[in-house]
Amino acid sequence: MATVTYDNATRIYPGSTRPSVDQLNLEIADGEFLVLVGPSGCGKSTSLRMLAGLEDVNSGRILIGDRDVTDVQPKDRDIAMVFQNYALYPHMSVADNMGFALKIAGKSKSEIRERVEEAAKILDLTQYLDRKPKALSGGQRQRVAMGRAIVRQPQVFLMDEPLSNLDAKLRVQTRTQIASLQRRLGVTTVYVTHDQTEALTMGDRIAVLKDGLLQQVGTPREMYDTPQNVFVAGFIGSPAMNIGEFNIQDGHAQLGRAIIPLSRETLAAVTDADNGKIQVGFRPESLDLSSEGSGGAFPVEVNLVEELGSDAFVYGQLAAGTEGAAHISSGAGESQIIVRVDPRQVPEKGSHVWVSIRAGEQHNFSASTGERLPN
Amino acid sequence: MDWLLRPEAAGEKIVVMVIAILLFAAVMALILFAVDRPKRISGTVVAVAFAGPAIILVTIGLIYPAILTIINSFKNKNGSAWVGLDNYSQAFSNPELLLVLRNTAIWVILVPLLSTALGLIYAVLVDRTRGEKVAKALVFLPMAISMVGASIIWKFVYEFKPNQPGVKQTGLLNQVIVWLGGEPQQFLSTQPWNTFFLIVVMIWIQTGFAMTILSAAIKAIPDDIIEAARLDGLKGMSMFRYITIPSVRPALVVVLTTIAMGTLKVFDIVRTMTGGQFGTSVVANEFYTQQFRQANQGLAATLAVILFVLVIPIVVYNIGQMKKVEEIR
Repeated sequence: MATVTYDNATRIYPGSTRPSVDQLNLEIADGEFLVLVGPSGCGKSTSLRMLAGLEDVNSGRILIGDRDVTDVQPKDRDIAMVFQNYALYPHMSVADNMGFALKIAGKSKSEIRERVEEAAKILDLTQYLDRKPKALSGGQRQRVAMGRAIVRQPQVFLMDEPLSNLDAKLRVQTRTQIASLQRRLGVTTVYVTHDQTEALTMGDRIAVLKDGLLQQVGTPREMYDTPQNVFVAGFIGSPAMNIGEFNIQDGHAQLGRAIIPLSRETLAAVTDADNGKIQVGFRPESLDLSSEGSGGAFPVEVNLVEELGSDAFVYGQLAAGTEGAAHISSGAGESQIIVRVDPRQVPEKGSHVWVSIRAGEQHNFSASTGERLPN
Repeated sequence: MDWLLRPEAAGEKIVVMVIAILLFAAVMALILFAVDRPKRISGTVVAVAFAGPAIILVTIGLIYPAILTIINSFKNKNGSAWVGLDNYSQAFSNPELLLVLRNTAIWVILVPLLSTALGLIYAVLVDRTRGEKVAKALVFLPMAISMVGASIIWKFVYEFKPNQPGVKQTGLLNQVIVWLGGEPQQFLSTQPWNTFFLIVVMIWIQTGFAMTILSAAIKAIPDDIIEAARLDGLKGMSMFRYITIPSVRPALVVVLTTIAMGTLKVFDIVRTMTGGQFGTSVVANEFYTQQFRQANQGLAATLAVILFVLVIPIVVYNIGQMKKVEEIR
């Protein structure tokens, strides 16, 4: 088992001026499940491939344990990778696929057989060992790819979106299987995904990247409760957080008819560069239905109600007559507000509801830098 | 109306051409008209309409001559009397014809193996290098040259002039040998090596074909499989052995069998460079010689049948391999 350390690791693709991964500093503890998450092109896969040795590190270092592996051959890094498309060798049986690395490493046939059978048992693949990958279903192939990694008994597992080729139901199932398997084996794991739900459900810690820059690292709870900037706030959580640009007036954040109180600490952190504006975010589940006139309440015009059984989400916009509707948005799109409501008491389409932000669940960000401001 | 069948003057030929074009247009019009007419036609009619012409043409152009050839192989020189298996026993006992069979065997073994091996090595070496396109074009160029053209080029390469004062070597190879202080060689008439020098020409032509197909197959190997293999500890030779070869195996079989079939039928090179003399003849060339030079129709047909029988196992192997590939893909 080992720790993994990115020390100012940078990758610039040939012919590109902008780094794909820019001075990444990240410490991953022994046995930890770390999820790298971000939108496509954010550098998460590149970071993983740098650790695997499939991409050069242009500057900085990468360490596994105390060993500097920056210039070490992939096979000598004591890692195993699970690829998005599984990358199984089509001409080999399942058993040969899983034992191939050991065969190349010169292990004895009996040892290979033993380790492959052990892994196959864990993954419920025993009856498929003699089949070719083509004769397996998508989920089985995914398990073979996992098995290939397990058989190597590496210091670190690397997983590059291993669930993205599975259907929705199987993905949820496999998600928990992988997470529990990792806990059982206790192997340090770096897992790349673009799906924030996967990140929240699987990771011990989550690292959010954007444009090659690390935005924030933390436990799922930290990422959800205290996003360090607007990007993380909008990226983590489903449905996404509502974020609006408000004017600061008389110590309140104001947008049309919405007037939200701000604390003294928040106001003190606002700088001149913010130009009298502040970004206020609030999650759909942080809104309570209230009544007109109560403190901090603002009206939302209901466009659509999504019922999920356990929850219901109101999709609407800051009510008409408020010139600022266009300044607030969420994951559902521009000038949209999402409100979670009691699924047994859903408002009518076209009606107005008054909502207010639950105390302490409001997120304030600087209008100029996008950084988090104290509540 | 005799001129219609045997046009002599230019005017008559033009009239015949116009009539032919009109006939073609009429037939096409009829077909197009017929296609639009019926709203409901039975499956049998459709099947006959589509497969019928092809079956008729294959029957006339392929099956009928094949049967005729097989029948002729049991007849004498001019097809006037049955001789049983005499032609076959001659083909397998006459020393000259045995030499022809031996030469063909050498060709069919060496050409596919060497050109495929060279093509594969070349494809791997130039893959993803700078100047790959130019390098591949250079090797592929001989494919664009006709066999006869290539033979003439190589005839110059092998050209021999006795090493005497005042005589200049025109052959490239002999000039090089003379420069190096050696004696010029008669490459094309020294047995048994002359056969190998002819084989070089065929390899020169076929390597480009092998390289092109195999290069495409190598490029089709998914990147992540290569990366997975690198993580598993493969590189260089082991990557070639465990990943590249198995991945391009279907293409390898296609290339090997295609070249083998082409080599079995090789004729132009031998005909152009030695005319089959000096013990270099092969089945296809001997078939030509017997049919058109010796007027021995029976023996020629026998050689053609032997050629046909030799191709069958290659085709069977090819199909067997394709079925195997189905399991993987």
